[in-house]
Amino acid sequence: MSRSTVKRKFIQDSANDKAFYIIIYGLLGVICLLMLYPLVYIISSSFSSAAAVSAGKVVMLPVDPTLDGYKAVFQNSDIWIGYRNTIFYTVFGTVINVAMTLIAAYPLSQRDLPGKGLVMFLFTFTMLFNGGMIPNFILIRDLKMINTVWAMLIPNAIIVYNMIITRTYIQNNIPEELSEAARIDGCNEFVYFFAMVVPLSKAVIAVITLYYAVAHWNAYFSAFLYLSDKELFPLQLFLRDILIANTIDPSQLVDPELMAAKQGMADLLKYALIVVSTVPIMCIYPFVQKYFIKGVMIGSIKG
Amino acid sequence: MREHWRLYIFLAVPLVYLLLFKYYPMLGIQIAFKKYSIAGGIWGSDWVGFDNFKRFFTSYQFSRILPNTLILSFYYLIASFPIPIILALCFNAVRVEAYKKFVQTITYLPHFISTVVMVGMLFQIFNARTGLYGVLYNSIVGEYPADLLGSPSAFRHLYVWSGVWQSAGWGTIIYVANLASVDVELHEAAQLDGASRFQRVLHIDLPAILPTVSIMLILAAGNIMNIGFEKVYLMQNDLNRSASEVISTYVYNVGLAAGGGDFSYATVIGLFNSVINFILVVVVNQISKTVSKSSLW
Repeated sequence: MSRSTVKRKFIQDSANDKAFYIIIYGLLGVICLLMLYPLVYIISSSFSSAAAVSAGKVVMLPVDPTLDGYKAVFQNSDIWIGYRNTIFYTVFGTVINVAMTLIAAYPLSQRDLPGKGLVMFLFTFTMLFNGGMIPNFILIRDLKMINTVWAMLIPNAIIVYNMIITRTYIQNNIPEELSEAARIDGCNEFVYFFAMVVPLSKAVIAVITLYYAVAHWNAYFSAFLYLSDKELFPLQLFLRDILIANTIDPSQLVDPELMAAKQGMADLLKYALIVVSTVPIMCIYPFVQKYFIKGVMIGSIKG
Repeated sequence: MREHWRLYIFLAVPLVYLLLFKYYPMLGIQIAFKKYSIAGGIWGSDWVGFDNFKRFFTSYQFSRILPNTLILSFYYLIASFPIPIILALCFNAVRVEAYKKFVQTITYLPHFISTVVMVGMLFQIFNARTGLYGVLYNSIVGEYPADLLGSPSAFRHLYVWSGVWQSAGWGTIIYVANLASVDVELHEAAQLDGASRFQRVLHIDLPAILPTVSIMLILAAGNIMNIGFEKVYLMQNDLNRSASEVISTYVYNVGLAAGGGDFSYATVIGLFNSVINFILVVVVNQISKTVSKSSLW
């Protein structure tokens, strides 16, 4: 690092290079604005008054700041049910995911396991071909999992991509001599797995935990297909009803003034809802950024 | 001798899971060749040969949803594939570490927004009256614009570019990781020979990530037909259906939506999709193997 900075002093930027850097830095600045602006707009709208939102006054900063939108969100009992269920699915689903992924990845990381190739093929093939929506639905129905929490936890217990990342990590970071030494000391595979493999795989466990948790938090597809009981709905499904299917329908009202007010309130609620549902996952993100990136890198080593 | 049986005990539960939840449904594909009835189920329904396929291939829907699927997929691929590569090369050229970190963090953020919220945001922002789009259009032109969200011609653009917005930053990570391993000496030698920074991007950085680019292209090509059900379905309405009905949403509408329930017919359509997809991956992989020596297997 220091060597390259020393060299840099000898090699002055040419005018050409200066222009290059100005263009790159400027371009990235513009891209940042493009990425941020929709987010700023949503957040500002969520803190504005219903009247300002329906009159389209919000462009950058909140107008007539209020917390009305958030009050409306937290008075909505569906949102609480959704939050409760999503936290449940995220926590238990991720525990099942990580446990299943580890017990699949560990044996498959061992070079001398007979039949390993076949099992790996069975896993990888499912990335390229699957039964499809209807046969999957019939299976879940026949297993009597429709309208149970199991439909949210079990059908995607292992994401093959994450299993491959984990296997690659164990293969590259836990030397097999270690397992030989442990065996000579009389340690069996189960003890070795819990005493050595799991603690030494902390980094990759962090990575797949995050991948799985984000996926659970944001998922709506399984719930949409398999759940009809509102008490079991995850947050995303309630969000779909409110944000997209528009269960709050202002056109039902005749009085134009009241209609405008209702429309403004409905929009305000939506903006606040977007913020409330997305902020938790975005808040975790800066803290775990380096693990996420590590995960992609481990995955890319496999190629 | 090592205790392999204990390793197999580890594998037992994942294998049962795999066979039951991933392979058993593949047996269910046989209903594509049957007339599915609730009483008969997967195994007991009557065989009808290729009747369901004939019905699909000759239907009016086939000539609509196949082009819709292909156009949306290719448009998305062409728009979304090069941008992370260019962005990664830009990131890599930034010398001020703090600025680089900042820009990267900002561009990763949209990745964490769920599909439902993303579509909700589109609906809010592109609302022709109260949304930012309507308000700005009105203040410039003096009248409210036509509704974009119910417009078949706008559907693909909204779908593709919101997707690009969400995935461009996150997609750079694999290339940035690749670029970090480029030998500094290469750059220094080129610099001494008088190469400008831009020339070094073209002749050092870009060649360094090309193998990864071709792997990513194979993966993307394999996903051509897998255009996501979730986002298309959420964005779909009766007004834009002529552009937004794709294979996966049609499978849902025929098979599971209210008024649907034709399991056999829906399975035919899903199977058609999976088979094309599978062939695509194999072909693209083979091409890449001969042309660039990089392949998935």
